[in-house]
Amino acid sequence: MADNVTPRVRVPRDATAGEVITIKTLISHQMESGQRKDGDGNLIPRSIINRFVCDFNGQNVIDITMEPAISTNPYFEFQATVPESGTFSFTWYDDDGSVYTDSKDIAVG
Amino acid sequence: MNFTRRDTLLLALGASAAAMLPMRASAAVEDNIAAFTGGADMGEGGLTLVAPEIAENGNTVPVEVSAPGAVAIMLLAAGNPNPAVGTFNFGPLAGAQSASTRIRLAGTQEVVAIAKMADGSFVKASKEVKVTIGGCGG
Repeated sequence: MADNVTPRVRVPRDATAGEVITIKTLISHQMESGQRKDGDGNLIPRSIINRFVCDFNGQNVIDITMEPAISTNPYFEFQATVPESGTFSFTWYDDDGSVYTDSKDIAVG
Repeated sequence: MNFTRRDTLLLALGASAAAMLPMRASAAVEDNIAAFTGGADMGEGGLTLVAPEIAENGNTVPVEVSAPGAVAIMLLAAGNPNPAVGTFNFGPLAGAQSASTRIRLAGTQEVVAIAKMADGSFVKASKEVKVTIGGCGG
């Protein structure tokens, strides 16, 4: 359904142990709300990303439930604690069942 | 005082027209709040909701919520056809209970945030946002 879905994530490359870092995520997606009509007056069916999850080494950082009121190309900025070196994994769940993922490594040292 | 048939009709029409639209919207908002809080009382304070006073484009309005000690924050747009916007659930590694995103607003309305605190209490914050161009197509 959704074409050209590209996740983009910004995570600092390194941190000190226990540091709180800011993560920014953006994913290109039209987030069709199900409220709009096409040229012939027919309702365009809803097609959005309904959930976003960020984990660090298997532990949850943030889990966001999304509704059609989230803008096109959903953007999120949030904070995470980094206890050790590891990998942030980012997962987006689409209405049509697709799952988009991205991951970023961070080094503590 | 006696009401004629015509008077009664007019009164009823006026009352229902005035009540209809806001009633429908606020019922949906209340359903959403009840589903989140389970009918618990909501306090004030401890929750910050940052949104612009005037948003030129309702398609993308930046909002930020922050509530130290919260486990979840729900966002509602009271004037949207579907008031739910999203819920942020913070996990054990969340560095701060804050997040920002961009939302759609159909028109000038109140944006509401409700935070569920770790001790099970709820706090509420709201902000009026004026929207120049609505964000629901049409």
